[in-house]
Amino acid sequence: MSSEWPLWEVFVRSRRGLSHVHSGSLHAPDAELALRNARDLYTRRQEGVSIWVVRADDITASSPDEKDPFFETASDKPYRHPTFYELPDELAHM
Amino acid sequence: MIPLATYALRLGDDALVLTQRLSEWSSRAPELEEDVALTNIGLDLLGQARVLLSYAGELEGEGRTEDDLAYLRDEREFTNVQLVEQPNGDFGVTIARQLLFSVYQLLVYGDLRASSDPTLAAVAGKAVKEVAYHVDHAEQWTRRLGDGTEESHDRMQAGIDAMWPFVAELFESDDLVAELAAAGVAVDPASVQAEWDRRVDAVLADATLTRPTPTWRARGGRSGVHSEHMGFLLAEMQHLHRSHPGATW
Repeated sequence: MSSEWPLWEVFVRSRRGLSHVHSGSLHAPDAELALRNARDLYTRRQEGVSIWVVRADDITASSPDEKDPFFETASDKPYRHPTFYELPDELAHM
Repeated sequence: MIPLATYALRLGDDALVLTQRLSEWSSRAPELEEDVALTNIGLDLLGQARVLLSYAGELEGEGRTEDDLAYLRDEREFTNVQLVEQPNGDFGVTIARQLLFSVYQLLVYGDLRASSDPTLAAVAGKAVKEVAYHVDHAEQWTRRLGDGTEESHDRMQAGIDAMWPFVAELFESDDLVAELAAAGVAVDPASVQAEWDRRVDAVLADATLTRPTPTWRARGGRSGVHSEHMGFLLAEMQHLHRSHPGATW
């Protein structure tokens, strides 16, 4: 039976104003029950105010094999980081 | 016991005994996710039972704690309806029992929020949100199994058929409840039956299930008369506490 239930990825928003963050995955026969299972598995200690569930099959993920062409090429381009600005002293909380 | 204590104990016993049944699914549910769902529901009910039993003991005024009431009473002193003590059976039977009982409990707690007794009103106010989820869980599964495959339909119908003789007892009133209800303290279960019928019938229709017409009906749970399954349930529930009195974690 287990093998027949598809895998779902669960994203939980912990507070208003924050983004949904990946919490884990679960098995469920359909979206409605996936949402309910997610509620039971990932929000039972008041972790969330909103849940998204997505069929794992529907997620297109980058492959570990593509790590270098995808991400490595950014490592020698420090000018893409906003680190060259002089911050005025009176600017707080940066 | 004063009438209010007896009433609190009835509500508490319903919740406690169903908790015990649901906990039997722990590690045995058809799916890991469902295992957590059923035991979560059991934990909600346990929370309700603890408050209600403690309150009953407090009202009684003889120093009995929630543990004394849960572990040291015998079968004839338990006042739960017989529906909640029925064995889990297969998943269809469990879901049928959950559907029939949770809808009943939702309606009773819903009206009990207006109780003139502040403790009962507070318990109901908290519990009604929990039970709304229990109803949703049972309705979701009833629809899926009833309107699923031929086998799931047959099993769900068999579950509904097996549990239906225990429905009439839910709505039975007696002098004690009638007096407390007239005083605005308790909910007369008969007053929620029409709404229960409407709600359960709608789910059964959606699920392509047939409302059974049972040839017999259970009675007597409120006065301590139980089915043959109750003794075994209590033996398991009370064994540890009675073998090791006062044991704690």
